[in-house]
Amino acid sequence: MPMTRTPNMVGAESQVRHSLPGQAHAATLGMWIFLVTETLFVGALFAAYLLVRTVHPQGFILGSRETDIVLGSINTAVLLTSSLAMALAVDRLRADMAGAAARWMVATALLGLVFLGIKGVEYLLDWQHGLVPGPHFRPGGDQAPGMELFFFLYFLMTGVHALHLFIGIALVAIFAVMLRHGRFGAGLSAPVENLGLYWHFVDVVWIFLFPLLYLVHRT
Amino acid sequence: MTAAPSYLSGIRRLRDWLLTRDHKRIALLYLVSITVFFFIGALAIALVRLELFTPQDDLLTAETYNKAFSVHGIIMVWFFLIPSIPATLGNFLIPLMIGARDLAFPRLNLLSWYIYTLGGAFTLYAVLAGGVDTGWTFYTPYSSFFSNTHVFAAAAGVFVVGFSSILTGLNIVVTVHTMRTRGMHWFRLPLFVWALYATSAILLLATPVLAMTLVLMAAERLFAVGIFDPVLGGDPLLFQHLFWFYSHPAVYIMILPAMGVASEVITCFSRNPIFGYRMMAYAILAIALISFMVWGHHMFVSGQSMYAGMVFSLLSFLVAIPSAVKVFNWTATLYRGEIHFDAPMIYALGFVGLFLIGGLTGLFLAALALDVHLTDTYFVVSHFHYIMVGGSVMAYIGGIHFWWPKMTGRHYPEFWARFAAILMFFGFNLTFFPQYILGYLGMPRRVHEYAPEFSVLNVLSSAGASLLAVAYVLPLFYLAWSLRKGRHASANPWRATGLEWRTSSPPPPLNFGEQLPEVSEGPYAYDPDPKHGRR
Repeated sequence: MPMTRTPNMVGAESQVRHSLPGQAHAATLGMWIFLVTETLFVGALFAAYLLVRTVHPQGFILGSRETDIVLGSINTAVLLTSSLAMALAVDRLRADMAGAAARWMVATALLGLVFLGIKGVEYLLDWQHGLVPGPHFRPGGDQAPGMELFFFLYFLMTGVHALHLFIGIALVAIFAVMLRHGRFGAGLSAPVENLGLYWHFVDVVWIFLFPLLYLVHRT
Repeated sequence: MTAAPSYLSGIRRLRDWLLTRDHKRIALLYLVSITVFFFIGALAIALVRLELFTPQDDLLTAETYNKAFSVHGIIMVWFFLIPSIPATLGNFLIPLMIGARDLAFPRLNLLSWYIYTLGGAFTLYAVLAGGVDTGWTFYTPYSSFFSNTHVFAAAAGVFVVGFSSILTGLNIVVTVHTMRTRGMHWFRLPLFVWALYATSAILLLATPVLAMTLVLMAAERLFAVGIFDPVLGGDPLLFQHLFWFYSHPAVYIMILPAMGVASEVITCFSRNPIFGYRMMAYAILAIALISFMVWGHHMFVSGQSMYAGMVFSLLSFLVAIPSAVKVFNWTATLYRGEIHFDAPMIYALGFVGLFLIGGLTGLFLAALALDVHLTDTYFVVSHFHYIMVGGSVMAYIGGIHFWWPKMTGRHYPEFWARFAAILMFFGFNLTFFPQYILGYLGMPRRVHEYAPEFSVLNVLSSAGASLLAVAYVLPLFYLAWSLRKGRHASANPWRATGLEWRTSSPPPPLNFGEQLPEVSEGPYAYDPDPKHGRR
């Protein structure tokens, strides 16, 4: 919903900024700073992971072996491919080919949805195998506390990642529609580029999550 | 001059406030909201000080007492102190000071106020539904397994309001980077802008960690998984590390903007250029940097490694160096100046003195052996109140007075303002100085009854708190009075330097006329010649 302008704010919008390049520069800087805060946000989880794994090395090894390596690997490939699609969308937009850019963004969003779908199947299997922490946590033995904490972090970290991906998919879809309506072009590509930065950030987080959760001493 | 439209003219409807994107109006929205929260937080602590008037538990039960100081801490830290100067004075002044027409992201700015309001709603719900008794620190496993109070709602409030801090910080950093006017180089920025820039960097780097820490705590409470509980294989120290990784830098989120205000005010009312401008700017950055490396000094007795404790102790001592640079430079600015004791100056000088005491007692607490004796006593309570209340709140209220003519176009009544400032200074010292002695003698904090021999000092402290209460309520009345009856202010009533004084009071909607001002010299070009009498 557009904001209502008060009489003395008419024309303010255009006067606040010196120029369009200035605005794009500010928006890009803003996105990088936002990604810094996101790094710190997930950084707290990585710190927790580091400490708990140091306390329970064996529990983390056993826990990691319970994760679904096949689905996890497929998902990694899917997400990396989605980043390629996103990068191609930005590239096409810079070449002023809005239609091609929109198609690559649709591909990006679809690959993101595939990732979430596979992740959902994985969660379902985890639940059926009794790997959800809490009263129904199945693994026993003296490593059970460490394994339970591993899966606590597994669900929290992949859950936070999935939430970010979900937001990313929604934004990519909206931007794809806006592209079709000619809202962006070679002269105004910064919003799409910034969304691309966000998408790649979510991808990079997964690149760290995958070995930390799926590949702990997996021989 | 009154004919020119100001940012306040033409406001008829509520939506002119609630849907505004003007940084000056948003600053006023914040001003009103944080004032409301300030008085709620003050009310909670008034109950505490009343209970402590006598050694017995005669007014509050232990549970209610715990809730009162918890609510006081949560509201004062997150809903008053952290947004106080950045979101009101910072919001209002940064575009004016750097010669811009607004912040970089005006809509994001409004959004951050709404997020603040949402977080406040969660907190008020927690208070009204029955309160929370974990203290503002939410220490686990008490908060996650044992407390029967409204921990979720309170933590949700803090979690949400954190995003408001992040957006404000992001807006300020991007604005300072991209929207400085022609000629406004980095080393021509007023120190207030430097201070807010450093504060914003801390907000951006620290707040997300707190958010995730609260998520972990809430998840532990919800799913009974013991990541912080040693019985279930977790580690309670992890919570404390993550919490203080945020909450120690948060202290500097509160004090750095206050230093910025004091720098502006002291140089103006001593008619002297600030002493050592560049060193002042570097000291601000140094404090911000070191603030991230000292969190472990909150955990000397928590069972962290002795070697970690030694390193944290050493690093904590380091903060004293840039802090001392600032105190010396403020003092040197006064030297051979033409000093005027207007109300803002009284507040600023009060700030320097109280910050000095608070800072020096911080060295006591940074010393490992002495800290073992002082941890969890009133000495700690007094120390951080000297910094946060004696320092930050004095500077905040002083800043409100200093820029009041600019914000409203009216002068506050000088006599009452000076009276309130002096009352605040004495009331504050009477409240908190006895607490240093109480703490040194061993009175523990967060307990609702105490040994009878502590009675005299506690009565003194409670008496001081009532003076302080009067001093805080007074400005509410005379500032409100001045909105309609105050003397009209000229564009530059203090003959101050700085771009915000080059536009009308109150400023027009777009801050400056057709042309943005240009800058050709450094800040604080004051002329100390006494022949140029100010009035």
